[in-house]
Amino acid sequence: MIEEKNENSAAGRGQQYVTIRLGGQLFGLPIDKVQDVFMPDNFTFVPLAAEEIAGVLNLRGRILTAIDLSKVLKVPAVNETNAERPALSIVYANELYGILTDIVGEVITLDDNLLEANPVNLNEEWAKVSVGTYRLEKELLVILDIDVLIETLLNKKAA
Amino acid sequence: MDDLLNEFLTETNESLEVIDTELVRFEREPNNAEILDNVFRLVHTIKGTCGFLGLPRLEMLAHAAETLMGTYRDGAPVTDDGVSTILMSIDKIKEILGELEENQVEPEGSDEELINKLLSLAGVIEGKRPQNSVEKQDEETKENQTKVADQKLEKNIEKEEKDDKKYNNIGTLERELKPGEVSLEELEAAFQNAEGPDLSAPEEKSKKKEKSTSAKVKNGAKEKSVANQTIRVNVQTIENLMNMVSELVLTRNQLLEISRRYEGREDENEFNAPLQRLSNVTAELQEGVMKTRMQPIGNAWNKLPRIVRDLSVELNKPIDLEMVGGETELDRQVLELIRDPLTHMVRNSADHGIEKPEEREKAGKSKTGTIRLSAFHEGGHIIISIADDGRGLNTEKLKQKILSQGLASESELEAMSDSQIHKYIFHPGFSTAEKVTSVSGRGVGMDVVRTNIELIGGSIDLKSQEGIGTTVTVKIPLTLAIIPALIIEVSGERFAIPQLAVSELVRVSQSGDNRIEKIKNAEVLRLRNSLLPIVRLADLLKMNKMETNDAPKENKGNPDSTFVVVTEVGARSFGIIVDEVFHTEEIVVKPMSGMLKDVSMFSGNTIMGDGTVIMILDPNGLSQSIGQSNEEPANDDVHEEKNIKNENDEISLLIFQAGNKNPKAVPLSLVTRLEEFDCSVIEKAGERHLVQYRDKLMPLVYVDEKGKEQKEGTLPMLVFAEGERVMGLVVDKIIDIVEDRLELQVESSMDGFLGSAIIKGKATEVLDVGYYLPKAFEDWFERKEQVRPRARKLLYAEDSPFFRNMIVPILIGAGYDVTAVEDGIEAYELVQNGENFDIVVTDIEMPNMDGFTLTKCLSEHERAAKWPVIALSAFVGPASEKKAKSLRMFDFIAKFDRKGLLDALKRSEQFIDVEVAA
Repeated sequence: MIEEKNENSAAGRGQQYVTIRLGGQLFGLPIDKVQDVFMPDNFTFVPLAAEEIAGVLNLRGRILTAIDLSKVLKVPAVNETNAERPALSIVYANELYGILTDIVGEVITLDDNLLEANPVNLNEEWAKVSVGTYRLEKELLVILDIDVLIETLLNKKAA
Repeated sequence: MDDLLNEFLTETNESLEVIDTELVRFEREPNNAEILDNVFRLVHTIKGTCGFLGLPRLEMLAHAAETLMGTYRDGAPVTDDGVSTILMSIDKIKEILGELEENQVEPEGSDEELINKLLSLAGVIEGKRPQNSVEKQDEETKENQTKVADQKLEKNIEKEEKDDKKYNNIGTLERELKPGEVSLEELEAAFQNAEGPDLSAPEEKSKKKEKSTSAKVKNGAKEKSVANQTIRVNVQTIENLMNMVSELVLTRNQLLEISRRYEGREDENEFNAPLQRLSNVTAELQEGVMKTRMQPIGNAWNKLPRIVRDLSVELNKPIDLEMVGGETELDRQVLELIRDPLTHMVRNSADHGIEKPEEREKAGKSKTGTIRLSAFHEGGHIIISIADDGRGLNTEKLKQKILSQGLASESELEAMSDSQIHKYIFHPGFSTAEKVTSVSGRGVGMDVVRTNIELIGGSIDLKSQEGIGTTVTVKIPLTLAIIPALIIEVSGERFAIPQLAVSELVRVSQSGDNRIEKIKNAEVLRLRNSLLPIVRLADLLKMNKMETNDAPKENKGNPDSTFVVVTEVGARSFGIIVDEVFHTEEIVVKPMSGMLKDVSMFSGNTIMGDGTVIMILDPNGLSQSIGQSNEEPANDDVHEEKNIKNENDEISLLIFQAGNKNPKAVPLSLVTRLEEFDCSVIEKAGERHLVQYRDKLMPLVYVDEKGKEQKEGTLPMLVFAEGERVMGLVVDKIIDIVEDRLELQVESSMDGFLGSAIIKGKATEVLDVGYYLPKAFEDWFERKEQVRPRARKLLYAEDSPFFRNMIVPILIGAGYDVTAVEDGIEAYELVQNGENFDIVVTDIEMPNMDGFTLTKCLSEHERAAKWPVIALSAFVGPASEKKAKSLRMFDFIAKFDRKGLLDALKRSEQFIDVEVAA
C-alpha cells in the first residue's frame, strides 16, 4: 500500500501540460488527455447545434466534433475562420472531440504542488472549467479541466 | 477467476436458451428421449460448472431440476406441472445469473420452496419436508455416484472444456451409454467423415449411417460442425474492423480520384493494375466485414416458443408455433431492434388472434391454433410475416371503435376498404380487445410496434380475413449501417436524406404546371390528386442567415425552378424544398456525437467519398417539426382553430344553393357532416320532418320551405351537431368548399341570413345558423334582429370549438372585430402582450384559467381594468351571478341567449362611449 502511494505522488510531481493561447491568455491541458494536435480542414457546419460547436469533420476516418473554445470561454478569437486555427483532439466517453484554439504552444512540466486554486473573483465561465492556476515567470497559466468542459457542453445540450 | 466466470455466464446463458426451447418441444413429445437427454445434459453441465466455481445456490437448484428430469428419463410420466416447475427453476437460474453478472457474487437468498417442489414432483421427498443439503438429496435419489465422484467427474468436464473448445456444445455424459446412443469418440469419427463447410453436408452423409446411430448422430454432427466453425468475437472488435474498412474505402476513393487525373498520361499504366486490384479487394473486404455483423433472425425468435407455450397454458388454448426461415440473416443492430416488436406481435396473435378451442371447433377448424413466423430476403430487405389462423379482425367492431374514438366519421368509413379500416389498429391508443388481459389489450400495442419498425426505416402491413386469420408483414432493411441516401444541397451545405423516406422528386417552377401556391403563409403544392404541404429545408435548419454565401445566389438567380423532395413518413407526406439534388449514394451511417443528439433534425452523419462529413437528415424529426400538417385533419381541432383565430384570415366556406340560384355560404367549421337522404326515408311528425340517423331521430329544417313538398330523389343536407343534438339543414345543392375571407358587406333583409359577402368574386349570402337551430330545437336559442354597432375590438374566450364557431359569426355580424382564444390564459397573455380591446366576452368554465379568474386578472391590469367583461355561461345560477357581480362583471348571460348577448353588447357600447367621453 505504501509503495503505491509513493508511486502516485512521484508521478504527480511532474505533470506535463500542453499550452495553448486563446484571446491572449495562456491555458494548459494535461498532456495525457490530448491525443493529437492538428490543423482541421473541411469543416461541416451543423445547423441548429449549440454555438460552441464549430462543426464536424473527418479525422482519419473518425468523425470529430469540433468545439470552439473561444465560444465556451467567451473570449474573442484571433482567427475568425475555423480552418486557420489549430485544434487538439480529445477522447471523452469513446467519442472524439476537437478543441479549436488560437495558438498551440510548447509542452511544459510543472510541479503539482505549485498549482494554486483559482482566485475567487475569476469569472464563472472560466472557474467552472478550470482546476487551478500556475504562476509562471512571465504570466499566469490557467489549467483547464477538459472532462468538465465536455461534460458541461453535453449537459447543456441535454437541458 | 473473472475470465472464467464471464465465460461461464456467456455459455450458461446460451445453454438456458436452448433448454427453454427444448423443454417446450419436450412437453409436446414426452416420449422423445433425445430431447430429454439434451436438456438433461445441459442442466447437468450447468450444475457441474457451478460446483466447480463454488456457486452453491445455483448448484442446488440445477441439481433439483436435474433430479426431476432424471425421473422423466427413467420413464415417469411427464406432466404440465412438472415442466412448468422446471421452467420456473430455469427462470430462477437466469435471475441469479443476472445478479451474478452484476455483482460477481451469487446473491443471498433461498430457493428452498422451488427445490422442494421439484423434489416432491420427482417423488424424492413427500410434501414440504425441508431439505437442506445436496448430499442428502444425492443419497436419496440413489444415483450411482457419490458426491466425490460426481465432483471429480465434473472437474474433468471443466478441464476438457478448457482444453478443447470443441466439446463446449456437446457437454459430457456422466452415465454409461444406453443402447442406441453413441460415445463422443464415435461422434467425432462420424464427424470426421463428414466434410465440407456446407452445414447440410454432414447431415446428409451421416444419414447413411443412421441405421445404427439414428437421429442422435445427426443432431450431434450438426452441433459439432457449428461449434467447429464458429468462434466468439467481441462485438467491439467487429465495430472497429468496420470503421477501418470504411476508412479504407475512403482512401481507395481518393486514390481512384488521383488516378483519374493521370488518365491519358504515359505513366498511367503503372498505377492502374494494382489500383484495380486494391479496389476489388476493398470491396470484397467491405462485404466480408458486413457479413460478420449479420446474424440469423432465429436469434430474435428463440424466446418465442417459450412465450407461446406459457401463453397457451395461461389462456388455455393449444397453440402451435411454426418458424420458417430462422436462418435468414440480418444486421445485429436491426436484430436487437425488432426483437420486442416481434414478441409483441406474436403475443397479440396468441391472445387476440387464436380463438378458444371450443370456438375453433364450432368454426370447423382444428382445436390447435397455429402461428406461423417466417422470414426471407427480398431485394435488400428482409420480410418477416406473422400469420395466425385465428378469428381475424372484426371489421364491424373496428368501425364502431373508430367511430367511438372519433378517428373517422361514418361516411368516411363507408368509403374505406376493409384493409384501410384494419390499418386503424396501428393508431395510437387503439385496442379491439373487449377486456384487458395480462397479455394484451391495453391499446398501447400496435402503434408502438409500428413506431419502432418505422424508426429503423421499415414498414408494416396487415392483411386479415374474418374467420380465417391475420397476417402481419414487416419489411425492414438488412442493415442500418449502410443505407442508400439522396444527397441534396441547401445554402451551400450538403445533406443526405435516407432514400427509403423519399417517394419522388418534383421539379417546380412558378410558370409551369407544378407551382407552389400559398394558403396564408403555408406553402403547398398540387401533386396529382392531393395537396402537399411544402417546407423549405433552409427555414427548418435556420440556415437563411448563411445567405451571404455565394451558393444561395444561384438559387435566387433562378427562382423559377426548385426541387421538391417528396418525403413520406408513416401515413404523412410532405415536400421539402432544396437548392440542389445530386445523386443517390450508399452511405455508411455513423452515430452523432452526444453533443448533437438533441438536434432532432439529424439521425447521424457520414463521411463522403471526398472525405467530408455530411449530416443525415431524419425524416421523422423533419416531420415532427412541421407539426400537424395534414394528418387526419378531421381529428385536428387545435390546428383548425388556429386558422379561425383572427377572423380576417381566410376560412373554409361551404358554398351551396337553396331556394334560388344565388350562392349561399356557411363557415365549414360549423358543419359537422354533409349527408344525403332519399326522400322516401323522411318521416313526418306533425309539421316536423325527421329522418333516422345513427339510431336516432334527426329533425330536418328546410332553408327553402318548398323543399318539404319534394317527394322523389335525394335531399342534400348539412348536419349540425352539438353533443347529443343533431339537426339536418336541407339545401338544394352543395356546390363547393372554398377558402376566402368572410367580410359581410351588406346586411341581409332576409330571415336566416346574416348578410352578403363577396366570396370568390361573387356576392354570396351568408347563412345564419343561429336562425335555423331553434327551428329544430326550441331551446337552442331565439333569433333577434341585427344590431349594428361601430366596429370595436372584442376579445372572446371560449374553450368549446362549437360555441366559438357559432358565436364568432354572430359577433362579427354585430360588427365587432373579434379575436377568439381558447382559454383565459391565452386571453390574458394577449392583453399582457400589449393588445388592446374594447370589450371582453368570456366563457366561465374553461380549462387552465376560468372566466372569473380572467376577469379578476383583467381588473388588476392597468389598461384592461376599464374594459367591460360579459360572461357567457351554460350554467346560470344565483351563486355564479353573485360571483360575477362581486367581480363587477358587466353582465352574465346564458350561452344560448343570443338576444341577451346582443343587448348586453349594445348596452356596453354606451358604457364604452361614456368612458371615452369622460
